[in-house]
Amino acid sequence: MKIHEYQAKSILAKYGVPIPRGEVATSREEAEAVARKLFSEGASGVVVKAQIHAGGRGKGGGVKIAKSVEEAGELASKMLGMKLVTHQTGPEGRVVRRLLIEETLPIARELYLGMLLDRAEAKLVVMASAAGGMEIEQVAAENPDAILKEYIDSGSGLAAFQARKIGYFLGLKPGEVNQLVILLIGLYKAYVETDASLVEINPLIVTSDGRIFALDAKVNFDDNSLFRHKDIRDLRDITEEDPLEVEASKYGLNYIKLDGNVGCMVNGAGLAMATMDIIQFAGGMPANFLDVGGGANEEQVTHAFEILLSDKNVRAVLINIFGGILRVDTLANGVVAAARKTNIQLPIVLRLEGTNVEQGREILRNSGLNFIVAETMKDAAEKVVGAAKGR
Amino acid sequence: MSILVDKNTKVIVQGLTGKEGTFHAKACAAYGTKIVGGVTPGKGGTTHEGFPVFNTVQEAVDKTGADASVIFVPPAFAADAVMEAADAEIELIVCITEGVPANDMLRVWDYLQDRRARLIGPNCPGIISPGKCKIGIMPGHIHREGNVGIVSRSGTLTYEAVYQLSKRGIGQSTAIGIGGDPIIGTNFVDALELFNKDPQTEAIVMIGEIGGNAEETAADYIKAHVKKPVVSFIAGQTAPPGRRMGHAGAIISGGHGTAAEKVKALEAAGIRVAKTPAVIGELVAQVLGAAAKA
Repeated sequence: MKIHEYQAKSILAKYGVPIPRGEVATSREEAEAVARKLFSEGASGVVVKAQIHAGGRGKGGGVKIAKSVEEAGELASKMLGMKLVTHQTGPEGRVVRRLLIEETLPIARELYLGMLLDRAEAKLVVMASAAGGMEIEQVAAENPDAILKEYIDSGSGLAAFQARKIGYFLGLKPGEVNQLVILLIGLYKAYVETDASLVEINPLIVTSDGRIFALDAKVNFDDNSLFRHKDIRDLRDITEEDPLEVEASKYGLNYIKLDGNVGCMVNGAGLAMATMDIIQFAGGMPANFLDVGGGANEEQVTHAFEILLSDKNVRAVLINIFGGILRVDTLANGVVAAARKTNIQLPIVLRLEGTNVEQGREILRNSGLNFIVAETMKDAAEKVVGAAKGR
Repeated sequence: MSILVDKNTKVIVQGLTGKEGTFHAKACAAYGTKIVGGVTPGKGGTTHEGFPVFNTVQEAVDKTGADASVIFVPPAFAADAVMEAADAEIELIVCITEGVPANDMLRVWDYLQDRRARLIGPNCPGIISPGKCKIGIMPGHIHREGNVGIVSRSGTLTYEAVYQLSKRGIGQSTAIGIGGDPIIGTNFVDALELFNKDPQTEAIVMIGEIGGNAEETAADYIKAHVKKPVVSFIAGQTAPPGRRMGHAGAIISGGHGTAAEKVKALEAAGIRVAKTPAVIGELVAQVLGAAAKA
């Protein structure tokens, strides 16, 4: 799960990570009030930052500096409601609904810090680089030696000496290293206690008077852990997500909207991906990824069907089920119920195999509905792509 | 031979009395697996569907001599269940549970380092040696005993591969679903090493997907060590970057973990990569045919 920068900073601040003074605003008036407060507290300028779940906001015009309350208000009124397009949003962009108004700080150096899971090592790793402000993937590609990776022992946690090592690698002065140690220990604690999956501070800045701040912050959470963090679930901003994906998540379905016109419903993530692949191989384009999961019941299948069909681009549907946990008869009941309920007019190609497959086929045959039955994945893909093209 | 499990393997079910645990314990037993009992704290001393129930794994091991365990407990308790099984010196732990928190798995990984247990999963369909033993949720009837080893990050895609092989009359020595999570107990290289040593296995199918670099590591290992023919398929050629494709581990991040990268690494190691999942069986038939002629 993703959250906004202002939310990430507020969490990190609780763990002792220094952040610039600032507050969130949803209107010109609120933005001016925050700016007025910051100027009265001695800020020499304020920065107005669009809050969307995507990087590259600065280049897209979503981060601007104001030297007065008036200017901050002007910027806020322009930014709120605008469609911000960055390299991560896609061409459709995202509507800006919230702003973070923060004090500007005298930046002497910009650094990078990231904490994430290293899958191969099965450990958390801190990644640090003196090339702050750049994307770490770019640094890794161009100059891998500029990145220090410090692996964290899962039993003992991040040790102070490791944090110092990172500080010296980044070329910090002794007083700054001490600040970094406190920051990193806090960051690690935040990661573990909130069940994050990524914490990124880019840039981490050193001011001209030797103070360290997280100027930007990104925190993602492990979806598998959200069940034990109600406070974090409450931070979810569904306006940042595709409405169909939000709907799907209510029923525990994995749905991702794509650009094609062949809808697909599959059980199991690997088979779902492979089904998308074979649709493309057959000359079509998948409209979505949809994994109904191993343990789906009839109700979930019905919801899955409805979500699939509310994508208006869909011209034909492929249902590819290999029953293990999910019994084929369960699926068949769900499909028949959903097809009746939604009064579907689109061609539906079905390819079913596995547990209780005979009962499943029987249910489909007796339904009186006009399904196209396929034997193999290749056959199914060719039939559905043909149907989508009106053949 | 087969690997890891055979007709002598004695299995307990952690989470036996739950809905999934009950269904699959019965299905595994019906397949011929020696299910010797189950563990549900608080229900020790009772019997469930004819299986004795114990409060702890240790007690179950002491009373039944179980050497393998299959876990169906909910995600919040899965890490604890794995550690309990390892502590009771279970040799093979198969964790079916989907949705285990990544931080819990970090602790489990650490815990298993100096213990003898091998973990398969979590978030996996389990392991089957056709005709001998099935520990997991795969439909047993699609399998047949034979000489192809299968290792896969995906459940249903494994069934697809098995089905294609069985239809062609090609059987399997053992099929392992290693799971779709970022941290898993048994990885491709572990499974490849076992298949490479197993006399029953004459060819290997490796099914990967986007995310991480386990397929690349496996390609290096195969090139250096595996003499048996390997056929591979990578799911997710059409997956968009930055999106989690169902499995927690299936995500292209920072431009890495793409299907194209993995296919390139595998082909560079001389491995036959299926362009679509529909031709996995055909490729296996070809490599087995070539091996028979050689």
